[in-house]
Amino acid sequence: MRLTGKLGSGRKSRASFEDKLFKYTTMGVAAFVLALLWGLVVKLLFDAQMSIETFGFEFLTSDIWNPNKDLYTALPFIFGTLMTAAVGIGIGVPISIGIAIYLSELAPAWIREPLSFLIELLAAVPSVIYGLWAIYTLRPILTGTVEPALMDVLGWTPLFEGASFGIDKLAAGIILAVMIIPTVASVSKESMMAVPDSQREAALSLGATKYESTRMAVLSYARSGIFGAAILGLGRAVGETMAVTMTIGNANLISWSLLDPGQTMASVIANNWGEADGLMLSALVEIGVVLFIVALVINVFARLMLGRLMKAVPMTGGGL
Amino acid sequence: MKSHNARKWRNRIASLLALGCVLVALVPLVSILIEVVSRGAPAIDWAFLTERTKSAGTPDSGIGNAILGSILLVGWGSLIGLPLGILTGVYVSEYGDNSFGRTARFFNDVLANFPSIVIGLFAYSLIVTVVGFSLISGAFALGIIMIPIVANTTEEALRMVPNSLREASLALGVPRWKTVLKVIISNGRSGLVTGALLAIARVAGETAPLILTSFGNSFWETGLTEPVAALPLVIFRNAMSPYADLQEQAWGAALILITMVLSLNVIVRLITRKRFKVAKAVKKTWKERLSLSG
Repeated sequence: MRLTGKLGSGRKSRASFEDKLFKYTTMGVAAFVLALLWGLVVKLLFDAQMSIETFGFEFLTSDIWNPNKDLYTALPFIFGTLMTAAVGIGIGVPISIGIAIYLSELAPAWIREPLSFLIELLAAVPSVIYGLWAIYTLRPILTGTVEPALMDVLGWTPLFEGASFGIDKLAAGIILAVMIIPTVASVSKESMMAVPDSQREAALSLGATKYESTRMAVLSYARSGIFGAAILGLGRAVGETMAVTMTIGNANLISWSLLDPGQTMASVIANNWGEADGLMLSALVEIGVVLFIVALVINVFARLMLGRLMKAVPMTGGGL
Repeated sequence: MKSHNARKWRNRIASLLALGCVLVALVPLVSILIEVVSRGAPAIDWAFLTERTKSAGTPDSGIGNAILGSILLVGWGSLIGLPLGILTGVYVSEYGDNSFGRTARFFNDVLANFPSIVIGLFAYSLIVTVVGFSLISGAFALGIIMIPIVANTTEEALRMVPNSLREASLALGVPRWKTVLKVIISNGRSGLVTGALLAIARVAGETAPLILTSFGNSFWETGLTEPVAALPLVIFRNAMSPYADLQEQAWGAALILITMVLSLNVIVRLITRKRFKVAKAVKKTWKERLSLSG
């Protein structure tokens, strides 16, 4: 049973004033933090007003970004964000589910803890170091083997047209996949471990193999947790800034080819910040507001799906 | 129904695939560590750690000012983030069994996973527009990022303090606030420490909010309202430089940053493991004492 405020409030004593003071101080701080954030949202909207009034709804549907004519719209960046996040999720989530299955169902007991710790360490590596690694280590691998091979096999699809530079949406997507793995794997693992053993035992006692019991009993039971984990990974991928800024090539264009450079909402802000002013600055803030709304919706949705499982997210996130 | 053999093989292949996923995920981690150490170690010498950053080609260029700047940013950020985070966590754990407490907890969870560049925009909008690119605006952004991490770990740590301790203290006539401060917080102390360390490890590597707020500086600058250098900014700006000596500087800075962040994580790990052992030991001694007195 948790203690409630009712304890000790029945009779008046000298202590009750101090009790109230302490309670309302901590409550005031909690309220201040919430109010601060919502107040800042209002402030951001205010800063973005010039851009909102100038471009209206077209801001989200038009693809012009021209500082010479002072015209700024966000579609190329929304497109780039969706495209890279899709690649990140497409590569990262299946690997994460495999990791979660191994850690919760298959691994010998002594290796689970250290292995989970190593996977979570991936979340501790700062984003900017992922970017550095991608430029110097991942890029030669991409241009040397991966991208030519993809072009040979899948070059006829619009997804892999063009030349191989290694600084493109594919590189950004691969880095995002690595960066969301610790989050998605930890939360999925936690939701699989929450499956009651009776489910596994029931399947095994019917003669199922480990694979069959995992698929039938564990995965179907933990489905909503895994889905929530993937949504959480999506939130990470959408808001990730540094590693993407360093790998995506920063070109304000809409192109379906993963081998072309692009730009995400986060990277366009990071790239143009120092030199932006006036209407451009206001447009960048508006992109930030759009990003805020997207991230808020995704994270609220994930929190509603996961509930207390959210505590399994590695806190060591390395600076997005 | 498939044959028994086919099912056995399928089982084996699936197990290997799952193990393969783990190995695939560990490849980048190992590769990053190897690359950062092998490329960063040659860059590090005394001048590198103590001199300020100079333009490409200048001898005796270093990242001393960036190390100092990072310490200042994280230090000031902690001054903002730790008290707010701890008090929020105390409220949610000790008084938060109501709708406001649940709202606060909900948004802490949401905020803990929020894109840091948006937090940087907040700090820009609130502080940079008034005083310009500055140490204080960067520290404010880092402080805000710390709040949900610290609040969540504080709440978890205080929840692990057994209710019998709360009841014992209240039964002795100790007022509630003193119970929280003296009994509950001191029992959950190691949890608070791990939360603070995790938050510090997290914000030490933050780059995106700093681009928008503290901006970077190649001089020894410590003023609260002046732009200030930071390790992640050095890595970001130098990584894309065409000059070999600047690139080497980026790797050296990366080695220092990653050593700091990973050792903080390992320390947290050791504390957490020890805490479980201590908790068990405490239970045992209490049982022994009870049986002695009984």
